[in-house]
Amino acid sequence: MNVTVLDYGAGNVTSVERALRRLGATAVRTNRPEEIANADRIILPGVGHYAALINALDGQGLRQPLLAAISRGAKFLGICLGLQALYATSEEAPQLTGLGLLPGSVSQLPDAVKLPHMGWNQLKQPRHSRLLEGISPDDYFYFAHSYAAPSSGTEEAALCAYGREFVAVLEQNNIFAVQFHPEKSGAPGAKILENFLRVA
Amino acid sequence: MSLAHRIIPCLDTDGARVVKGVHFEGLRDAGDPVELAARYNAEGADELVVLDIAASRDNRPTFLQTISRVAETLSIPLAAGGGIRSLEDARAVIRAGADKITINTSAVEHPELIGELSREFGAQAVVLAVDAKRHDSRWLVHVRGGREATQLEAITWARRGVELGAGEILLTSMDRDGTQSGFDVELTAAISSAVTVPVIASGGAKVPTHFLEVFTTGAADAALAASIFHDRVQSIRALKEFLRQSGVTVRLPC
Repeated sequence: MNVTVLDYGAGNVTSVERALRRLGATAVRTNRPEEIANADRIILPGVGHYAALINALDGQGLRQPLLAAISRGAKFLGICLGLQALYATSEEAPQLTGLGLLPGSVSQLPDAVKLPHMGWNQLKQPRHSRLLEGISPDDYFYFAHSYAAPSSGTEEAALCAYGREFVAVLEQNNIFAVQFHPEKSGAPGAKILENFLRVA
Repeated sequence: MSLAHRIIPCLDTDGARVVKGVHFEGLRDAGDPVELAARYNAEGADELVVLDIAASRDNRPTFLQTISRVAETLSIPLAAGGGIRSLEDARAVIRAGADKITINTSAVEHPELIGELSREFGAQAVVLAVDAKRHDSRWLVHVRGGREATQLEAITWARRGVELGAGEILLTSMDRDGTQSGFDVELTAAISSAVTVPVIASGGAKVPTHFLEVFTTGAADAALAASIFHDRVQSIRALKEFLRQSGVTVRLPC
């Protein structure tokens, strides 16, 4: 199975590619607008600064093809910044505009806790979801971020708490996203990717 | 439910092979990095650090190959460092498959490098390694694999590094490194309370109670060790089970 991985220069693209390969899928790395517009399964990885991702999407002309593919029904998985990009804006770069597929704004986790939120944490209040099929509440996932999406009560499949509650997993029709790094989260992470490949 | 304390094995390499020795003296071969990485990945390590302690220009390609081969076997995060002097060096290490880069001497000599790397890869990818040694009533930063003392005070430097953009501190006690007499809990607590980012404690680990002390009294977020894991003196799984029974949150099952 081929999965289109948006390769706009993010650090974790290779890890995502390797994780997909371990599951028997082939990652097709691309930053070509026409390939993205025509893709059926798209992963948007991302780690680092929100502005780097949004600027890359706009600078490389990928925003419209990506939105077109998603509205056509292509299965989409956002990872880390790839989740945050789905919202309208982020406090990390307030002058930029996100993909705006979900309402609300990404904001910084409270500085009462050490930031970044770095390491292994568990999911909270997981509801039934295709992405979380076979995942136990005891499973840990690897997080590395300081900004996060607020819970709105509709699209999220699971929350996580660190300083405050935030969206860890979301699922809405053909849009899936995780704040943690499934490609770095051992067996449970691989299970999440496998679930995405199954629904896709 | 809360963030787990991390157990991190460290592979000191000469570029290609894992080596060990006390204070970089009497180095001897301790195995193949890929084999060890695969073992730790399976045993429940939460992350892996790979360092090129020779850090010479000549063996750079070899080290990048090692990072790539290690990353291929891992489904946990990988930090790599040793000899990273520029944005381009860091980019090569990240491209090879590392999630984080650790910098030490080059950051002391060119503090602006911390900010450059942080802006490029994000703070979560920049680990400032601080080698600290007690001099009278304070800890001073050492560079060049611990061989050279600076006048920088460790707490001040760690704080400055975070202001400049480091997302994590890898704190090694030069006094304890290689002694197996326990982490420097006092130093770790001092640094941990001085910075707003996670702290990885390193140097001196042998028995499970050393880890318990550094996570509780030392307020460390993660703890790193090398030879006790390489030599199978301590299994990672048994260590985590001990910590959980002692009330420390760790990632189990893993």
